[in-house]
Amino acid sequence: MIMKESKAVASYETVLKLRDAIRLDTLKMLQHMGYGHIGGSMSIVELLAVLYGKQMRIDSQVPDWAERDRLVLSKGHAGPALYATLANKGFFPHDWLFTLNEGGTNLPSHPDRLKIPGVDATTGSLGQGTSIAAGIATGLRLSGSDAYTYLIVGDGELNEGQCWEAFQFIAHQKLTHCIVFIDDNKKQLDGYTADIINQFDIQKKLESFGFMTLKVKGNDLKAIDDATNFLKDQEDTAVAIVLDTVKSQGVPFFENLHDNHSVKFNTERYQLELQKAIDELAARVTIGGENHDL
Amino acid sequence: MTYKLNPDRQTLGNELRSVFVDTLDELMSQNPKIIALEADLGSASGFSNLVKQHDKQLLNVGISEANMMGVASGLSLVGYQPFCHTFAPFATRRAFDQLFISGGYAQTTLNIFGSDPGFTVGPNGGTHTSWEDIALMRMIPNSIVCDPADGVQLAWLIKALAKEKGIHYIRANRKAVRQVYEVGATFEIGKGNILKQGHHVAIVAAGQLVSEALDTAEKLSDMGIDATVIDMFSIKPLDDSLITSLSKAHTHVVSIENHSVNNGLGSAIADVIAENGLNIKLLKIGVNERFGQVGSPDYLQNEFGLSANKILAKLLNFLA
Repeated sequence: MIMKESKAVASYETVLKLRDAIRLDTLKMLQHMGYGHIGGSMSIVELLAVLYGKQMRIDSQVPDWAERDRLVLSKGHAGPALYATLANKGFFPHDWLFTLNEGGTNLPSHPDRLKIPGVDATTGSLGQGTSIAAGIATGLRLSGSDAYTYLIVGDGELNEGQCWEAFQFIAHQKLTHCIVFIDDNKKQLDGYTADIINQFDIQKKLESFGFMTLKVKGNDLKAIDDATNFLKDQEDTAVAIVLDTVKSQGVPFFENLHDNHSVKFNTERYQLELQKAIDELAARVTIGGENHDL
Repeated sequence: MTYKLNPDRQTLGNELRSVFVDTLDELMSQNPKIIALEADLGSASGFSNLVKQHDKQLLNVGISEANMMGVASGLSLVGYQPFCHTFAPFATRRAFDQLFISGGYAQTTLNIFGSDPGFTVGPNGGTHTSWEDIALMRMIPNSIVCDPADGVQLAWLIKALAKEKGIHYIRANRKAVRQVYEVGATFEIGKGNILKQGHHVAIVAAGQLVSEALDTAEKLSDMGIDATVIDMFSIKPLDDSLITSLSKAHTHVVSIENHSVNNGLGSAIADVIAENGLNIKLLKIGVNERFGQVGSPDYLQNEFGLSANKILAKLLNFLA
């Protein structure tokens, strides 16, 4: 019993620290570059922390381990957050992060499986990751593997018809081990999704496609973890989680910025606010645990 | 390469869809990693006939070609060898970015069979016609693009490509075509087959028009013109050295393809001629700046200038 509690607290601290480290490193990468996809990177930080900090079966020393869980970041523009995660998990040297988008870098703006250890699928042309994840999950099931495939899709990305083609397939095939996460941050490049192409109710749409779907606060580590565990226990159904997130989540000034999909840090105010967020994260003591025993 | 010509060139071989399905059947029995994917054309391809024997190795994704290419890419990432079928325009035009990014750029393995290209589409009409599928597929770096002459070559190609990684495109009629080769023939990707050695004019054809090329050569022979005939089923990689060697014994070369003259076989040959400064005149016979239309395959073949008579007339005009 003591062992179990001790493990739970340690696990939470691990996830919390990873969350802060991902957020900090992503912001530092964008600061170094002077611009970048802060909005959609920040909104999946908690999800990445739960997946890589607790849920996923991976070995950073053997990135292509056949028995590993896979992750497909279909919303490829959030690549910086994934890179920060992988670096913190030890998949590649930390200093790679500060080569983002440079000529000849291993870290292009969007994930490239051939360049980055730990990246399972090349994404960035929106919608395509959904089908790739479906194919990976199909193959893993066919080969008798119990590994999971985690698919992260943006709400704006749902504009792409291919997402719905893939969702039909995942639901029809009842790919229980393909867990779909929708990052519902309510904005896309040109503004609010409601103003551009209204999504209506994403949860209801997924349910109508045959998914068992949960909706959770996208900044709540415990809720994300609990929902993932619950869906892993389901049999004979496709599963999805709609994450109620905020673009630039966890960075208040940029959360409130109207145009925060990709931000150029070219004004004194933006630079100061970014530095402030970085300083706060760097100084944060991740003790946590009282209300969040994962 | 060990091939012999079928002595009776009027004989039709098996339906190519049967060749496709039977070959996959054989491969699937040997290799559980081979997966066949369909986009709701199973009854058109004969894929439905595979269901009983290999239901675990078959996926019908429904009418979602882009998704099919992505699913196939994902399958290849975990060690499977996918073969996707749909009609040629849907396999290429419709799903091109998926082929390009999830396939070519990501270096996954995709074997694509695009059926009923060009005039073979028949009554499905202009919406279903592909005069540009070869052009599109050639543009994907490191792709292999083949237009087999008959069922013997199609079967050989499927088996050969099943051993290779990468993005591979095969286009062919679903129906029976004249059998050019004797059963048991083997080929080499990247090598053209010299079916008849002549001089003066070289006819370089691909796909089922290889039979027309042989017919044309026969008629030319009656007129005292000794033509070389080449089956250039491997459009990419192209047999550059064979094209180069043609310029030594020939003054004229004619390409014949069931495709647009833009960026297909003829253009590939033109590149070799231009880049090597070859002293040989080229006529590209194919479809020029037109969309498809409805009609029987025979009607369309004639309408688009690809019937034996039309080919001969153009060729004689070129030689005159």
